[in-house]
Amino acid sequence: MRFDLQVIASWVDPGARVLDLGCSSGTLLAVLREEKNIIGTGIDADESKVGQAIAKGLSVIHGDIYEEVRDYPDSMFDYVILSQTLQQVMDPSMLIREMLRIGRRCIVSFPNFSYWKHRIQFLVRGRAPVSRELPYEWHNTPNIRVIPIADFKRFCRELNVPVLKEVAIGNHHHEERGKIVSFMPNLLASYGIFLLGQPE
Amino acid sequence: MSEYVSNVSSGASVGKVEKKIFTIEAGFEVACGRRLAPIDIAYETYGELNSEKNNAVLVLHALTGDSHCAGYYSGEDAKPGWWDIMIGPRKPIDTEKYFVICSNVLGGCMGSTGPTSEDSETGKAYGTNFPVLTIGDMVRAQRRLVDFLGVDRLLCAIGGSVGGMQVLEWSVRYPDRVFSAVPLATTAKHSAQAIAFNEVARQAIMADPNWNGGDYYDGRRPAQGLSVARMVGHITYLSDESMRHKFDRRLQDRCDLSFNFEADFQVESYLRYQGNKFVERFDANSFLYLTKAADYFNLENSWGDGSLMAVFSRAKARYLVVSFTSDWLYPTYQSKQMVQAMKKNGLDVSFCEIEAPWGHDAFLLPNERLDRLMGGFLDRMQAEYAEEAGNAL
Repeated sequence: MRFDLQVIASWVDPGARVLDLGCSSGTLLAVLREEKNIIGTGIDADESKVGQAIAKGLSVIHGDIYEEVRDYPDSMFDYVILSQTLQQVMDPSMLIREMLRIGRRCIVSFPNFSYWKHRIQFLVRGRAPVSRELPYEWHNTPNIRVIPIADFKRFCRELNVPVLKEVAIGNHHHEERGKIVSFMPNLLASYGIFLLGQPE
Repeated sequence: MSEYVSNVSSGASVGKVEKKIFTIEAGFEVACGRRLAPIDIAYETYGELNSEKNNAVLVLHALTGDSHCAGYYSGEDAKPGWWDIMIGPRKPIDTEKYFVICSNVLGGCMGSTGPTSEDSETGKAYGTNFPVLTIGDMVRAQRRLVDFLGVDRLLCAIGGSVGGMQVLEWSVRYPDRVFSAVPLATTAKHSAQAIAFNEVARQAIMADPNWNGGDYYDGRRPAQGLSVARMVGHITYLSDESMRHKFDRRLQDRCDLSFNFEADFQVESYLRYQGNKFVERFDANSFLYLTKAADYFNLENSWGDGSLMAVFSRAKARYLVVSFTSDWLYPTYQSKQMVQAMKKNGLDVSFCEIEAPWGHDAFLLPNERLDRLMGGFLDRMQAEYAEEAGNAL
């Protein structure tokens, strides 16, 4: 399993109710169901991914995550997961508030924009970073947000949302064996994964 | 809804099947207050009911369909049942795993009691003396059949279009008897537009002098009216894109416009052909009754005092809702409204809007995406149903 998903899976309690926003073809949900016996639901905007996920026997809704989260009753889920999608979200504070309305906790992961390799590309070459983690050019990227780990933590403080757990990883999130970065993660980690609790 | 579109069936067939009749001698009172007795329900079953009786799948047909959804009656049949591409051994609704039941709706003309049946009081066909029915009446009759077949709780109820309405009705009328439900290309209530097209179709029938107030069984049938009614229906089952693709402005068997009122265009010829073919197999009065039942269908008013959310607070089924991008008869927003109400009630629901250019008819056409959704969903339902039964012990 991808290392970032291993981290997320390790945070989820067995038997929990889980909503995965931007679930794609349901890789994480399938793993969580297999290993943690969760009751899972996913949302994705891509018809073919949704088709694959439902065909795998997952419960998935084809639609836009902003619209779809609104329909769920309060505290419907134990965990609401936004994995590798925050950088594409138009209104992050609205979405995270909604996630914490419908879920007891939420898990957010994203590529760290202030990773040293990105900094060097911009500093030395003066060009928008293109990397394994952010593989797009400025004109074809689906990513509309640049998120350094440090800024995300400040954002959580402003929303009064407590960070219950955080892990920064230093390898490509698709790899199976990972490296956890505890020293200067804002500089040295390529991905951040956060467990958020209810606003104080 | 054009149930007998010429689909080439791939894979295995359930083989030779037989239409059976289930009779409720005592009948029952229908929604309008009239009593209908006796009642015949024509049905077919494929596959075997297992000993736990937890593998029954009820297939509900659309407006003008029948109980013959898969297989052949005899070796001479030109075509198999109307959903043979979906139902059969190792097909998405796999008859090696599931016990499939399909019946002709009450009010139909394919073996179940309807306006063509003999009214025991007069000894003549009911005609328009037949009571106006609702989707709820059809479902109540189906429930009796399911009881008779020894099935307490269906693994799944599946249907498209008017069949999807029956699926929805089943899941809220009998929440404890439906483990899961697959409403395809359907709606919780007919829009004004859908009612409007049905009304034009009915007016075409009633304007035919042979219709004679519905009393035509001893004489000439209102073939012209019924044919036009079918033509109207067919337009609503297609889409701008599919018509452009199929016909565009191509001429039929001619090089130039005729400058008379013959069928110049292929689309005209196609509609006339579909209309004429339909007349051979369908009864005009039955068409009136079935379209009326579809128009009356309003899940919100029947079960939720006008609120779709209240409707699904009754439901317990797990749902797979599917719509098609080019379906303008029951557009995606209508499916989304259902999905929204299901979610608000915390129900397990999956939804997919399938990209398809063929209009409302898309649910009956070969579609790999739909096949996989159906197969995957049913596999999960079978596992969850067995698990639930295991936990209950």
